[in-house]
Formats: sequence, structure tokens, C-alpha cells
Amino acid sequence: MTSERNTDIEIRLLIEAIYLKYSYDFRNYSGASIKRRILHALRQFDCLTVSALQERVLHDPGMFMQLLQFLTIPVSEMFRDPSHFLALRNEVVPLLRTWPSIKIWVAGCSTGEEVYSMAILLREEGLLERTILYATDINPHSLDKAKQGIYSMQSMREYEENYRLAGGRRDFAEYYTAAYGNAIMDSSLRDNVTFADHSLATDSVFSETQLVSCRNVLIYFNKELQDRALGLFHESLCHRGFLVLGSKESVDFSAYSERFEPLVKPERIYRKS
Amino acid sequence: MNGVRAVVIGASAGGVAALFEVLGALPPAFSLPVLCVLHLPDDRHSQLAEVLQRRLHRPVREACDKERISAGQVYVAGPSYHLSVEHDLTLSLSQEAPVHFSRPAIDFLFISAADAYGDGLLGVLLTGANEDGAKGLAYIKNNGGRTIVQDPRDAQVALMPEAALALHQPDHILTLSGIGQLLATLETRAC
Repeated sequence: MTSERNTDIEIRLLIEAIYLKYSYDFRNYSGASIKRRILHALRQFDCLTVSALQERVLHDPGMFMQLLQFLTIPVSEMFRDPSHFLALRNEVVPLLRTWPSIKIWVAGCSTGEEVYSMAILLREEGLLERTILYATDINPHSLDKAKQGIYSMQSMREYEENYRLAGGRRDFAEYYTAAYGNAIMDSSLRDNVTFADHSLATDSVFSETQLVSCRNVLIYFNKELQDRALGLFHESLCHRGFLVLGSKESVDFSAYSERFEPLVKPERIYRKS
Repeated sequence: MNGVRAVVIGASAGGVAALFEVLGALPPAFSLPVLCVLHLPDDRHSQLAEVLQRRLHRPVREACDKERISAGQVYVAGPSYHLSVEHDLTLSLSQEAPVHFSRPAIDFLFISAADAYGDGLLGVLLTGANEDGAKGLAYIKNNGGRTIVQDPRDAQVALMPEAALALHQPDHILTLSGIGQLLATLETRAC
């Protein structure tokens, strides 16, 4: 029990050290998950204690970049929760169409699957040409992968089914070129995408938007940080703009529950009230 | 078993029937929170909470992210997300990689709940064809909590209880009806 208490203290110190040295702020992440990820990293780096890991991270920026790959969770899919994308297509797109130009922020875009899904949907609805997409994340490696748009063919075969269920209108294979077991996304999908390093924990709003998509990111934040992120989205969104969240996320337990109204509640699609 | 503040239950193959029997034995006024992870197919729309609630006539719901744990409530983890307990006794969901091919993982619930409740936690591991939960149950014990393993001879599938027994000596090895009876006495003794 003493060693567990020590571990909890060490984890707090490590997170504080990372913030002071590298300005990455994990202080308000959900504790249980971040603890698991740090302990997992500990084993990968052959460190006996979190303090030993902290020493290496503090003195070696390269080591921090490696640790960052453990602290962020690059779990994503294209058209994840197909019914969500179907609802976007049927309920949101007709309203989105009424703006002459559209700005969309995909916050916490990870390795880009959500961005390409959104771009494909917009292209099929004839809106991609007049849309600017901002795709942001705190992990530069994930952003690089997102920019490259290369995914394994194995995962693309899974996404194909998602795409179909999400109301996709074409042959999914039209959006990529297959080579050596990988799929390279059609680069024109990202002509209007700006990829940028942005932290929901420390940065501020950079543009007015009509839609913010932030899926399976808020679950890793505690309530305080969730409120901060929702505050940024609220500030960024124009009058009656749209907020879309992950299938287990909601504004219900937040300070912003009154400032967003559900448009398609089961699909976590909200509108600024 | 004085001082139990929460109960966590894990099960896999054969788990639905086992959960019915254990939870069905609880008195209507049972006021401890009960958190369950049952391995399920990776289907977004699980009916487990609704089915349990209808059959058990007690409040059961799928655990939500950032929800505060309330007394007398049974929570079940939904599919595709891990369920954890935070130090402030709220629930959190996450999508880290599956453990023993399972998301939700019993180990994640048990370990995080042990961190949050310490010696106030009671862990129960039931039938299953998987080693998930064994590590978590031992962790509960090491953190001062109490543990119960379903008697492998009573389990529909013995692998999960056997894996737990290989890792640590629990406080009780009981049949499903024994577990139900013991849980039912918890509160009267705690008061």
C-alpha cells in the first residue's frame, strides 16, 4: 500500500515536471487512465520507478517525445459509429449548406481518420470546396501521420463497412490508392485542411467555426478540463453552430449543459443555443 | 465484512446468468454501489442494463463518463470502452487497447476501484473463459480490500476463477448462492 501511495505521488510529480519543462498539460486528465498509461510506459522503458522515468524525461527531450506516444491514445477509425455520420449527413449537412463558406474544427484529430471521414462526407455533399477544415492535436507524430494519410489496407477494409453504413454514396476504394498493403488517401481530400498543433488544455480559440467535431477526446479529461474544452468550442462556434462528440460523451454533466441543445441526442450532435 | 463501501463484480462466459443470481439475492434496500464488467460482444447497443433492471427490479444503468457514483445503484460497463473509478468517486470511460482481448477489461475496473476505495472495496470474480480480472482481484486484496472468487466447481466456465486462485488466496471461495447470501448481509453488518 505504501508503494502504491508512492506511485501516485510520483505520477503527480512527473506530470508537473512535464508541464514545467515542456508545457504539455496533463494535470487535468482523468487519473485512472493516465496512471495506466504511465505504468505501461514504465515497463516499455525499463524504468523501475516513475521517479526514474521522470529523471530521463526531464533531461532528454527525445525521451519526452517517446513518452508522449504513450500518454496520448491514438485509437481512431474512419466513420466510427456509422449512425453518427449518417445523422451528420441527414440532419446537419442541410443546415450547414446555408452558410456561404464553412469552417470546421476537428479537435483532437489524432492520426486523421476523423478528418478524412469528414472530408469524404463533405465532398459527397458538394460542400468540401467551400469548407476550411482545421485539424488539431497535441501529438506531432499523430499530426504527421494525419498529413500523410496512409493507413493499412486491413483497417481500410473495416472502415469500408462503416462507410457503407454511414450512407456513403460511392465505392470507398475511390478515395485511396492501394500500394504494398497500405492505402494512400486521395490528397485532394486534404487540400482545404490545415493541420496544427493545438492543446485544449493550454491554447485558446483561433477561428470562428460553424462545426466543431471532438470525438473520444473529452473522456480523457476530468470535469474541469472538459469544461475548459467545451468553453473553447462554445467561443469558437458561430451563432447556432454545431458541436459533435463521441458516442459516450455529452455536455450533460458539464458547466455548458444549458448552452448547447441536443439536435440528435443519441448521436451526440448539439447546437449552440 | 465491516466497512465495505462498494462492490465490483467481473464475469465473462456464463456471466449473465451468474449476475442475475448474485444481484437477484440483494435486498431491495441494499445501498452500496455495485459496479460490473461483463465481457460482451463489441456491439454499441448493449441491452444488458435494461435487461438486468427489468428482471431485478432495482436501479441498473450503463455507466456514463464523469458520472458520480451513487448509493444503491448498479452500474454495468457498456461495450467498447473501459470503465474506471476515479479518486473523487466518479466514473470514467476510455478506449485504450483491449486487455485479454476485452474492452471493457475487468482488471481496469478492479485496479482503479481499489485505488479509489482502498480497504473499502469488495471484489467478486465469477465464471469466465478468460484470465481477465485475476490480476485486478489480487490488487484489490493487496490494497486492503476483500475478495471473493466463485468456486470453480460451481462456475459455468472455471478458467476465470481458477486464474484468480492461482494468483492470490481470496477471503472467500463460494457458490453463486453463497456469494448472494454474503452480499445480502453486508449492509446490516456495516451499519
